[in-house]
Amino acid sequence: MDKLVSTLNFDLHLRDGRRSFHLEVDLQLHPGELLALTGPSGSGKTTVLRILAGLENRAKGQLIFQEEVWQDSSKRIFLPPQQRSIGVVFQDYALFPNMNVTQNLRFALPKAADGALIEELLEVMDLLDLRNALPFELSGGQQQRVALARALVRRPKLLLLDEPLSALDTRMREHLQTYILELHQRYALTTLLISHHPEEIQRLADRVLMMEKGKIVDESLFAPDVTGGLVLQAIWRGIHEGMAQVQLGENLLQTSLLTPAIETFNMGQTVKIRMLSKTTFEVLETAD
Amino acid sequence: MDFTNTLLLTLRLAAITTFILLLLGIPVAYGLARSRSAWKPVLEALVSMPLVLPPTVIGFYLLLALSPNSFFGHWLQDTFEVRLVFTFSGLVLGSLIYSFPFMVQPLQSGFENLPAHLAEASYTLGKSTWTTLWWVLLPNIRPALLSGIVLAFAHTVGEFGVVLMIGGNIPGVTRVASIAIYDEVEALNFAEANRYALSLVLLAFVFLVLFFRYNRRSQQWISW
Repeated sequence: MDKLVSTLNFDLHLRDGRRSFHLEVDLQLHPGELLALTGPSGSGKTTVLRILAGLENRAKGQLIFQEEVWQDSSKRIFLPPQQRSIGVVFQDYALFPNMNVTQNLRFALPKAADGALIEELLEVMDLLDLRNALPFELSGGQQQRVALARALVRRPKLLLLDEPLSALDTRMREHLQTYILELHQRYALTTLLISHHPEEIQRLADRVLMMEKGKIVDESLFAPDVTGGLVLQAIWRGIHEGMAQVQLGENLLQTSLLTPAIETFNMGQTVKIRMLSKTTFEVLETAD
Repeated sequence: MDFTNTLLLTLRLAAITTFILLLLGIPVAYGLARSRSAWKPVLEALVSMPLVLPPTVIGFYLLLALSPNSFFGHWLQDTFEVRLVFTFSGLVLGSLIYSFPFMVQPLQSGFENLPAHLAEASYTLGKSTWTTLWWVLLPNIRPALLSGIVLAFAHTVGEFGVVLMIGGNIPGVTRVASIAIYDEVEALNFAEANRYALSLVLLAFVFLVLFFRYNRRSQQWISW
Protein backbone atom coordinates (compact mmCIF):
# COMPACT_ATOMS: atom_id res chain seq x y z
CA MET A 1 0.00 0.00 0.00
CA ASP A 2 1.23 3.52 -0.76
CA LYS A 3 2.58 5.43 2.13
CA LEU A 4 1.07 8.86 2.17
CA VAL A 5 2.88 10.36 5.05
CA SER A 6 6.48 9.60 5.48
CA THR A 7 8.80 9.80 8.43
CA LEU A 8 8.06 12.34 11.07
CA ASN A 9 10.91 12.75 13.48
CA PHE A 10 10.40 15.60 15.78
CA ASP A 11 12.19 17.15 18.66
CA LEU A 12 10.44 19.96 20.36
CA HIS A 13 10.22 22.03 23.51
CA LEU A 14 6.82 22.52 24.96
CA ARG A 15 5.18 25.89 25.18
CA ASP A 16 5.71 26.49 28.89
CA GLY A 17 9.45 26.41 28.32
CA ARG A 18 10.12 24.82 31.70
CA ARG A 19 10.21 21.19 30.72
CA SER A 20 11.60 19.82 27.55
CA PHE A 21 9.51 17.38 25.63
CA HIS A 22 10.99 15.02 23.15
CA LEU A 23 8.64 13.88 20.48
CA GLU A 24 9.85 11.21 18.16
CA VAL A 25 7.26 9.88 15.79
CA ASP A 26 7.55 7.77 12.71
CA LEU A 27 4.10 7.74 11.25
CA GLN A 28 2.63 6.36 8.07
CA LEU A 29 -0.87 6.94 6.88
CA HIS A 30 -2.40 4.81 4.16
CA PRO A 31 -4.83 6.21 1.60
CA GLY A 32 -8.39 6.18 2.83
CA GLU A 33 -7.67 4.72 6.23
CA LEU A 34 -8.97 6.00 9.51
CA LEU A 35 -6.07 5.94 11.91
CA ALA A 36 -6.70 6.47 15.59
CA LEU A 37 -4.09 7.93 17.89
CA THR A 38 -4.58 7.23 21.55
CA GLY A 39 -2.63 7.41 24.78
CA PRO A 40 -2.50 9.27 28.06
CA SER A 41 -2.80 13.06 28.31
CA GLY A 42 0.47 14.80 27.56
CA SER A 43 1.77 11.96 25.42
CA GLY A 44 2.00 14.18 22.35
CA LYS A 45 -1.07 13.14 20.35
CA THR A 46 -2.36 16.63 19.75
CA THR A 47 1.15 17.82 18.94
CA VAL A 48 1.38 15.22 16.17
CA LEU A 49 -1.93 16.48 14.80
CA ARG A 50 -0.74 20.08 14.98
CA ILE A 51 2.47 19.17 13.16
CA LEU A 52 0.45 17.52 10.39
CA ALA A 53 -1.81 20.56 10.20
CA GLY A 54 1.11 23.01 10.02
CA LEU A 55 0.11 24.67 13.27
CA GLU A 56 3.35 23.73 15.02
CA ASN A 57 6.35 25.20 13.30
CA ARG A 58 8.92 24.69 16.05
CA ALA A 59 9.25 20.97 15.47
CA LYS A 60 12.15 19.71 13.42
CA GLY A 61 11.71 16.87 10.99
CA GLN A 62 10.30 15.78 7.68
CA LEU A 63 6.73 15.40 6.57
CA ILE A 64 5.70 14.23 3.12
CA PHE A 65 2.13 13.93 1.99
CA GLN A 66 1.43 12.20 -1.32
CA GLU A 67 4.91 13.03 -2.57
CA GLU A 68 4.43 16.66 -1.63
CA VAL A 69 6.91 17.92 0.96
CA TRP A 70 4.96 19.73 3.64
CA GLN A 71 7.88 20.12 5.96
CA ASP A 72 11.59 19.47 5.80
CA SER A 73 13.58 21.25 8.46
CA SER A 74 16.90 20.38 6.87
CA LYS A 75 15.87 22.26 3.72
CA ARG A 76 13.97 24.94 5.63
CA ILE A 77 10.72 23.94 3.98
CA PHE A 78 7.54 24.57 5.92
CA LEU A 79 4.15 24.80 4.26
CA PRO A 80 1.67 26.81 6.34
CA PRO A 81 -1.75 25.26 7.03
CA GLN A 82 -3.25 27.27 4.16
CA GLN A 83 -1.14 25.35 1.65
CA ARG A 84 -1.85 21.88 3.02
CA SER A 85 -4.85 19.90 1.87
CA ILE A 86 -6.28 19.41 5.36
CA GLY A 87 -9.49 19.71 7.29
CA VAL A 88 -9.26 20.04 11.05
CA VAL A 89 -11.93 19.58 13.68
CA PHE A 90 -10.90 20.95 17.05
CA GLN A 91 -12.00 19.69 20.42
CA ASP A 92 -13.84 22.95 21.14
CA TYR A 93 -15.30 23.04 17.58
CA ALA A 94 -13.90 26.56 16.94
CA LEU A 95 -16.98 27.71 15.06
CA PHE A 96 -16.94 31.41 14.22
CA PRO A 97 -19.45 33.00 16.62
CA ASN A 98 -20.22 35.90 14.29
CA MET A 99 -21.32 33.67 11.42
CA ASN A 100 -24.36 31.45 11.11
CA VAL A 101 -24.10 27.80 10.05
CA THR A 102 -24.14 28.49 6.30
CA GLN A 103 -21.72 31.40 6.66
CA ASN A 104 -19.31 29.23 8.66
CA LEU A 105 -19.30 26.77 5.77
CA ARG A 106 -19.25 29.42 3.05
CA PHE A 107 -16.25 31.12 4.67
CA ALA A 108 -14.28 27.92 4.10
CA LEU A 109 -15.20 27.74 0.42
CA PRO A 110 -12.26 28.48 -1.91
CA LYS A 111 -12.89 31.44 -4.20
CA ALA A 112 -13.22 29.48 -7.45
CA ALA A 113 -15.38 26.70 -6.00
CA ASP A 114 -19.13 26.56 -6.44
CA GLY A 115 -21.46 26.26 -3.49
CA ALA A 116 -23.02 22.89 -4.36
CA LEU A 117 -20.81 21.09 -1.86
CA ILE A 118 -22.12 23.29 0.93
CA GLU A 119 -25.69 22.25 0.20
CA GLU A 120 -24.62 18.63 0.01
CA LEU A 121 -22.79 18.80 3.34
CA LEU A 122 -25.70 20.57 5.01
CA GLU A 123 -27.89 17.72 3.85
CA VAL A 124 -25.52 14.88 4.78
CA MET A 125 -25.01 16.34 8.25
CA ASP A 126 -28.74 17.06 8.76
CA LEU A 127 -28.13 20.76 9.10
CA LEU A 128 -30.60 22.11 6.54
CA ASP A 129 -33.04 23.28 9.21
CA LEU A 130 -30.27 24.93 11.18
CA ARG A 131 -28.60 26.75 8.30
CA ASN A 132 -29.42 30.22 9.63
CA ALA A 133 -28.69 29.49 13.29
CA LEU A 134 -25.76 31.15 15.05
CA PRO A 135 -23.35 28.84 16.89
CA PHE A 136 -24.56 29.89 20.35
CA GLU A 137 -28.03 28.69 19.41
CA LEU A 138 -26.82 25.15 18.70
CA SER A 139 -26.32 22.18 21.00
CA GLY A 140 -22.87 20.61 21.37
CA GLY A 141 -23.71 17.82 18.96
CA GLN A 142 -25.06 20.24 16.37
CA GLN A 143 -21.97 22.43 16.69
CA GLN A 144 -19.78 19.42 16.12
CA ARG A 145 -21.71 18.49 12.98
CA VAL A 146 -21.16 22.01 11.66
CA ALA A 147 -17.45 21.78 12.50
CA LEU A 148 -17.19 18.47 10.65
CA ALA A 149 -19.03 19.82 7.62
CA ARG A 150 -16.91 22.97 7.60
CA ALA A 151 -13.69 20.96 7.69
CA LEU A 152 -14.72 19.27 4.44
CA VAL A 153 -15.68 22.32 2.40
CA ARG A 154 -12.12 22.69 1.10
CA ARG A 155 -12.25 19.08 -0.11
CA PRO A 156 -9.21 18.13 1.95
CA LYS A 157 -7.25 14.97 1.37
CA LEU A 158 -6.42 14.59 5.03
CA LEU A 159 -8.96 15.01 7.81
CA LEU A 160 -7.62 15.62 11.31
CA LEU A 161 -9.96 15.12 14.25
CA ASP A 162 -8.72 16.22 17.67
CA GLU A 163 -10.90 14.45 20.23
CA PRO A 164 -13.93 15.73 18.36
CA LEU A 165 -16.53 14.00 20.51
CA SER A 166 -14.98 14.22 23.95
CA ALA A 167 -17.17 17.08 25.13
CA LEU A 168 -20.37 15.20 24.34
CA ASP A 169 -22.40 12.71 26.34
CA THR A 170 -22.35 9.02 25.44
CA ARG A 171 -25.58 9.01 23.45
CA MET A 172 -24.56 12.02 21.38
CA ARG A 173 -21.10 10.53 20.86
CA GLU A 174 -22.53 7.36 19.38
CA HIS A 175 -24.85 9.40 17.21
CA LEU A 176 -21.99 11.49 15.85
CA GLN A 177 -19.77 8.49 15.23
CA THR A 178 -22.28 7.55 12.56
CA TYR A 179 -21.73 10.89 10.85
CA ILE A 180 -17.95 10.52 11.00
CA LEU A 181 -18.18 7.07 9.42
CA GLU A 182 -20.54 8.38 6.76
CA LEU A 183 -18.19 11.24 5.85
CA HIS A 184 -15.12 9.05 5.94
CA GLN A 185 -16.66 6.57 3.53
CA ARG A 186 -18.50 9.00 1.29
CA TYR A 187 -15.49 11.22 0.63
CA ALA A 188 -12.83 8.47 0.92
CA LEU A 189 -10.90 10.60 3.33
CA THR A 190 -7.63 9.68 4.93
CA THR A 191 -8.37 10.49 8.54
CA LEU A 192 -6.43 10.83 11.75
CA LEU A 193 -8.55 10.63 14.86
CA ILE A 194 -7.32 11.43 18.33
CA SER A 195 -9.44 9.76 20.94
CA HIS A 196 -9.44 8.57 24.52
CA HIS A 197 -12.50 6.41 24.15
CA PRO A 198 -11.90 2.70 23.44
CA GLU A 199 -15.41 2.17 22.13
CA GLU A 200 -15.06 5.11 19.77
CA ILE A 201 -11.76 3.82 18.39
CA GLN A 202 -13.21 0.37 18.14
CA ARG A 203 -16.15 1.58 16.12
CA LEU A 204 -14.36 4.01 13.83
CA ALA A 205 -10.73 3.14 13.33
CA ASP A 206 -8.99 0.81 10.88
CA ARG A 207 -5.78 1.02 12.80
CA VAL A 208 -4.73 2.37 16.13
CA LEU A 209 -1.46 3.78 17.42
CA MET A 210 -0.79 4.24 21.07
CA MET A 211 1.50 7.03 22.23
CA GLU A 212 3.34 7.49 25.45
CA LYS A 213 5.79 10.23 26.37
CA GLY A 214 6.20 11.43 22.81
CA LYS A 215 6.67 8.02 21.22
CA ILE A 216 4.45 5.50 19.50
CA VAL A 217 4.58 2.46 21.72
CA ASP A 218 2.02 0.19 20.13
CA GLU A 219 0.40 -0.35 16.82
CA SER A 220 -2.44 -2.57 15.86
CA LEU A 221 -4.64 -3.28 12.95
CA PHE A 222 -8.01 -4.39 13.97
CA ALA A 223 -11.47 -4.83 12.66
CA PRO A 224 -13.69 -2.97 15.01
CA ASP A 225 -16.97 -4.63 14.20
CA VAL A 226 -15.59 -8.14 14.11
CA THR A 227 -13.37 -8.56 17.11
CA GLY A 228 -15.60 -6.79 19.55
CA GLY A 229 -13.62 -5.53 22.46
CA LEU A 230 -11.07 -8.29 22.40
CA VAL A 231 -8.33 -6.83 20.29
CA LEU A 232 -8.85 -3.46 21.75
CA GLN A 233 -8.48 -4.74 25.26
CA ALA A 234 -5.31 -6.39 24.10
CA ILE A 235 -4.04 -3.04 22.89
CA TRP A 236 -4.13 -1.69 26.38
CA ARG A 237 -2.12 -4.66 27.52
CA GLY A 238 0.37 -4.19 24.72
CA ILE A 239 0.46 -5.25 21.10
CA HIS A 240 3.43 -5.36 18.84
CA GLU A 241 3.51 -5.17 15.08
CA GLY A 242 -0.17 -5.82 14.65
CA MET A 243 -0.19 -8.80 16.94
CA ALA A 244 -2.32 -9.25 19.97
CA GLN A 245 -2.78 -11.75 22.66
CA VAL A 246 -6.49 -12.33 23.00
CA GLN A 247 -8.91 -14.63 24.62
CA LEU A 248 -11.10 -16.22 21.99
CA GLY A 249 -14.69 -15.20 22.44
CA GLU A 250 -17.99 -15.88 20.77
CA ASN A 251 -17.75 -12.71 18.73
CA LEU A 252 -14.39 -13.47 17.20
CA LEU A 253 -15.05 -17.11 16.51
CA GLN A 254 -18.35 -16.51 14.78
CA THR A 255 -17.48 -13.65 12.53
CA SER A 256 -13.90 -14.03 11.47
CA LEU A 257 -11.67 -16.50 9.75
CA LEU A 258 -8.93 -17.96 11.80
CA THR A 259 -5.98 -19.81 10.38
CA PRO A 260 -5.60 -22.67 11.21
CA ALA A 261 -9.26 -23.55 11.16
CA ILE A 262 -11.57 -22.42 13.84
CA GLU A 263 -12.35 -25.90 15.17
CA THR A 264 -8.79 -26.18 16.42
CA PHE A 265 -9.51 -23.74 19.23
CA ASN A 266 -11.67 -23.59 22.24
CA MET A 267 -13.79 -20.78 23.52
CA GLY A 268 -11.99 -18.86 26.19
CA GLN A 269 -8.59 -20.01 25.08
CA THR A 270 -5.86 -17.36 25.10
CA VAL A 271 -4.03 -17.10 21.79
CA LYS A 272 -1.61 -14.78 20.08
CA ILE A 273 -3.01 -13.59 16.80
CA ARG A 274 -1.86 -11.52 13.87
CA MET A 275 -4.24 -9.66 11.69
CA LEU A 276 -4.11 -10.48 7.97
CA SER A 277 -7.17 -8.54 6.90
CA LYS A 278 -10.16 -7.06 8.59
CA THR A 279 -11.72 -10.45 9.09
CA THR A 280 -8.81 -12.85 8.89
CA PHE A 281 -6.48 -13.63 11.74
CA GLU A 282 -3.57 -15.95 11.90
CA VAL A 283 -3.10 -17.71 15.17
CA LEU A 284 0.60 -17.75 15.87
CA GLU A 285 0.70 -19.62 19.07
CA THR A 286 -1.54 -20.63 21.85
CA ALA A 287 -0.59 -19.27 25.20
CA ASP A 288 -1.86 -22.15 27.24
CA MET B 1 -17.52 81.45 17.51
CA ASP B 2 -14.43 80.78 19.57
CA PHE B 3 -16.47 78.36 21.65
CA THR B 4 -17.62 76.33 18.61
CA ASN B 5 -14.17 76.42 17.03
CA THR B 6 -12.54 75.16 20.19
CA LEU B 7 -15.04 72.35 20.57
CA LEU B 8 -14.73 71.36 16.90
CA LEU B 9 -10.94 71.42 17.17
CA THR B 10 -11.15 69.18 20.24
CA LEU B 11 -13.43 66.73 18.45
CA ARG B 12 -11.26 66.80 15.35
CA LEU B 13 -8.16 66.04 17.40
CA ALA B 14 -9.93 63.19 19.20
CA ALA B 15 -11.35 61.73 15.98
CA ILE B 16 -8.05 61.83 14.09
CA THR B 17 -6.15 60.44 17.07
CA THR B 18 -8.68 57.64 17.58
CA PHE B 19 -8.62 56.70 13.90
CA ILE B 20 -4.82 56.51 13.76
CA LEU B 21 -4.74 54.67 17.09
CA LEU B 22 -7.15 52.11 15.73
CA LEU B 23 -4.86 51.44 12.77
CA LEU B 24 -1.78 51.26 14.99
CA GLY B 25 -3.43 49.57 17.95
CA ILE B 26 -4.88 46.54 16.14
CA PRO B 27 -1.55 45.10 14.92
CA VAL B 28 0.25 45.97 18.16
CA ALA B 29 -2.48 44.44 20.33
CA TYR B 30 -2.68 41.37 18.09
CA GLY B 31 1.10 40.94 18.19
CA LEU B 32 1.20 41.30 21.97
CA ALA B 33 -1.69 38.89 22.44
CA ARG B 34 -0.02 36.22 20.33
CA SER B 35 3.53 36.83 21.50
CA ARG B 36 5.32 34.19 23.52
CA SER B 37 8.54 36.19 23.57
CA ALA B 38 10.53 36.78 26.72
CA TRP B 39 10.43 40.47 25.78
CA LYS B 40 6.65 40.64 26.00
CA PRO B 41 6.58 42.18 29.53
CA VAL B 42 9.05 44.84 28.41
CA LEU B 43 6.91 45.75 25.40
CA GLU B 44 3.76 45.74 27.52
CA ALA B 45 5.42 48.03 30.04
CA LEU B 46 6.46 50.42 27.26
CA VAL B 47 2.94 50.52 25.83
CA SER B 48 1.48 51.14 29.29
CA MET B 49 3.92 53.88 30.36
CA PRO B 50 1.56 56.75 29.50
CA LEU B 51 -0.93 55.28 32.00
CA VAL B 52 1.34 55.92 34.95
CA LEU B 53 3.48 58.84 33.87
CA PRO B 54 2.25 62.37 34.60
CA PRO B 55 1.10 63.87 31.28
CA THR B 56 3.46 66.79 31.83
CA VAL B 57 6.41 64.39 31.79
CA ILE B 58 5.35 63.02 28.41
CA GLY B 59 4.68 66.52 27.16
CA PHE B 60 8.02 67.76 28.45
CA TYR B 61 10.05 65.06 26.72
CA LEU B 62 8.05 65.44 23.53
CA LEU B 63 8.67 69.16 23.63
CA LEU B 64 12.41 68.53 24.03
CA ALA B 65 12.46 65.90 21.29
CA LEU B 66 10.45 67.86 18.76
CA SER B 67 11.79 71.32 19.37
CA PRO B 68 13.80 72.69 16.43
CA ASN B 69 16.79 72.95 18.78
CA SER B 70 16.89 69.19 19.28
CA PHE B 71 18.55 66.80 16.87
CA PHE B 72 15.29 65.12 15.87
CA GLY B 73 13.29 68.33 15.62
CA HIS B 74 16.07 69.95 13.62
CA TRP B 75 16.19 66.94 11.27
CA LEU B 76 12.41 67.02 10.79
CA GLN B 77 12.49 70.68 9.94
CA ASP B 78 15.51 70.41 7.66
CA THR B 79 14.44 67.30 5.79
CA PHE B 80 10.67 67.56 5.59
CA GLU B 81 10.16 71.19 6.55
CA VAL B 82 7.91 69.92 9.31
CA ARG B 83 7.61 71.66 12.62
CA LEU B 84 5.63 69.83 15.28
CA VAL B 85 5.80 71.96 18.42
CA PHE B 86 2.89 74.35 18.82
CA THR B 87 1.09 72.88 15.81
CA PHE B 88 -1.99 70.71 15.38
CA SER B 89 0.14 67.86 13.99
CA GLY B 90 2.25 67.99 17.15
CA LEU B 91 -0.93 67.73 19.20
CA VAL B 92 -1.96 64.65 17.24
CA LEU B 93 1.44 63.05 17.83
CA GLY B 94 1.32 63.83 21.56
CA SER B 95 -2.24 62.48 21.80
CA LEU B 96 -1.24 59.30 19.99
CA ILE B 97 1.45 58.57 22.53
CA TYR B 98 -0.66 59.63 25.48
CA SER B 99 -3.75 57.61 24.53
CA PHE B 100 -1.96 54.60 23.03
CA PRO B 101 -2.50 52.22 25.99
CA PHE B 102 -6.19 53.11 26.13
CA MET B 103 -6.58 51.64 22.66
CA VAL B 104 -4.11 48.76 22.92
CA GLN B 105 -5.11 47.30 26.29
CA PRO B 106 -8.80 46.59 25.57
CA LEU B 107 -7.90 45.22 22.13
CA GLN B 108 -5.16 43.00 23.52
CA SER B 109 -7.45 41.60 26.17
CA GLY B 110 -10.14 41.11 23.50
CA PHE B 111 -7.74 39.10 21.35
CA GLU B 112 -6.50 37.11 24.35
CA ASN B 113 -10.01 36.20 25.42
CA LEU B 114 -10.93 34.74 22.05
CA PRO B 115 -10.88 30.93 21.92
CA ALA B 116 -7.34 29.97 20.88
CA HIS B 117 -8.52 27.77 18.05
CA LEU B 118 -10.53 30.43 16.24
CA ALA B 119 -7.60 31.82 14.25
CA GLU B 120 -6.10 28.36 13.72
CA ALA B 121 -9.41 27.04 12.40
CA SER B 122 -9.43 29.85 9.87
CA TYR B 123 -5.85 29.10 8.77
CA THR B 124 -6.69 25.42 8.29
CA LEU B 125 -9.59 26.55 6.10
CA GLY B 126 -7.04 28.18 3.82
CA LYS B 127 -7.49 31.76 4.97
CA SER B 128 -4.63 34.23 5.26
CA THR B 129 -3.69 36.08 8.44
CA TRP B 130 -5.27 39.23 7.03
CA THR B 131 -8.56 37.53 6.06
CA THR B 132 -8.64 35.85 9.47
CA LEU B 133 -8.08 39.13 11.27
CA TRP B 134 -10.69 40.99 9.26
CA TRP B 135 -13.49 38.41 9.04
CA VAL B 136 -12.98 36.24 12.12
CA LEU B 137 -11.05 38.00 14.87
CA LEU B 138 -12.13 41.64 14.65
CA PRO B 139 -15.88 40.90 14.38
CA ASN B 140 -15.58 38.73 17.47
CA ILE B 141 -13.87 41.38 19.58
CA ARG B 142 -16.40 44.10 18.76
CA PRO B 143 -16.97 45.06 22.42
CA ALA B 144 -13.20 45.42 22.89
CA LEU B 145 -12.92 47.48 19.72
CA LEU B 146 -15.66 49.74 20.93
CA SER B 147 -14.04 50.05 24.38
CA GLY B 148 -10.77 51.03 22.74
CA ILE B 149 -12.45 53.60 20.52
CA VAL B 150 -14.49 55.14 23.35
CA LEU B 151 -11.59 55.21 25.81
CA ALA B 152 -9.08 56.61 23.33
CA PHE B 153 -11.54 59.24 22.14
CA ALA B 154 -12.61 60.28 25.63
CA HIS B 155 -9.07 60.30 26.92
CA THR B 156 -7.92 62.52 24.04
CA VAL B 157 -10.81 64.92 24.59
CA GLY B 158 -9.87 65.19 28.26
CA GLU B 159 -6.10 65.51 27.97
CA PHE B 160 -4.50 68.62 29.31
CA GLY B 161 -0.87 68.30 30.34
CA VAL B 162 0.55 66.93 27.11
CA VAL B 163 -1.49 69.35 25.00
CA LEU B 164 -0.40 72.33 27.02
CA MET B 165 3.27 71.39 26.90
CA ILE B 166 3.50 70.57 23.21
CA GLY B 167 0.71 72.65 21.72
CA GLY B 168 0.53 75.70 23.88
CA ASN B 169 -2.70 77.61 23.72
CA ILE B 170 -3.15 79.02 20.24
CA PRO B 171 -6.84 79.69 19.47
CA GLY B 172 -8.05 77.79 16.41
CA VAL B 173 -4.80 75.83 16.19
CA THR B 174 -3.96 74.14 19.45
CA ARG B 175 -6.46 75.46 21.92
CA VAL B 176 -8.66 72.55 22.93
CA ALA B 177 -11.60 72.48 25.33
CA SER B 178 -9.73 71.38 28.43
CA ILE B 179 -7.28 74.24 28.05
CA ALA B 180 -10.07 76.66 27.30
CA ILE B 181 -11.73 75.69 30.60
CA TYR B 182 -8.50 76.36 32.46
CA ASP B 183 -8.10 79.69 30.69
CA GLU B 184 -11.63 80.83 31.40
CA VAL B 185 -11.35 79.90 35.07
CA GLU B 186 -8.06 81.81 35.29
CA ALA B 187 -9.88 84.80 33.83
CA LEU B 188 -12.76 84.20 36.27
CA ASN B 189 -15.21 83.62 33.36
CA PHE B 190 -16.99 80.80 35.15
CA ALA B 191 -20.02 80.89 32.85
CA GLU B 192 -17.89 80.31 29.78
CA ALA B 193 -15.86 77.62 31.59
CA ASN B 194 -19.14 75.97 32.49
CA ARG B 195 -20.27 75.93 28.83
CA TYR B 196 -17.15 74.02 27.87
CA ALA B 197 -17.30 71.74 30.88
CA LEU B 198 -20.98 70.94 30.43
CA SER B 199 -20.43 70.20 26.73
CA LEU B 200 -17.73 67.70 27.62
CA VAL B 201 -19.93 66.10 30.31
CA LEU B 202 -22.82 65.71 27.85
CA LEU B 203 -20.54 64.40 25.15
CA ALA B 204 -19.05 61.80 27.47
CA PHE B 205 -22.50 60.75 28.67
CA VAL B 206 -23.96 60.29 25.18
CA PHE B 207 -20.87 58.37 24.14
CA LEU B 208 -21.10 56.00 27.07
CA VAL B 209 -24.84 55.39 26.62
CA LEU B 210 -24.25 54.47 22.98
CA PHE B 211 -21.35 52.28 24.00
CA PHE B 212 -23.28 50.31 26.60
CA ARG B 213 -26.31 49.96 24.36
CA TYR B 214 -24.28 48.54 21.51
CA ASN B 215 -22.15 46.44 23.82
CA ARG B 216 -25.18 44.67 25.29
CA ARG B 217 -26.31 43.60 21.84
CA SER B 218 -22.88 42.31 20.83
CA GLN B 219 -22.25 40.55 24.12
CA GLN B 220 -24.83 37.80 23.69
CA TRP B 221 -23.25 35.87 20.87
CA ILE B 222 -19.66 36.80 21.55
CA SER B 223 -19.50 35.70 25.17
CA TRP B 224 -21.22 32.43 24.37
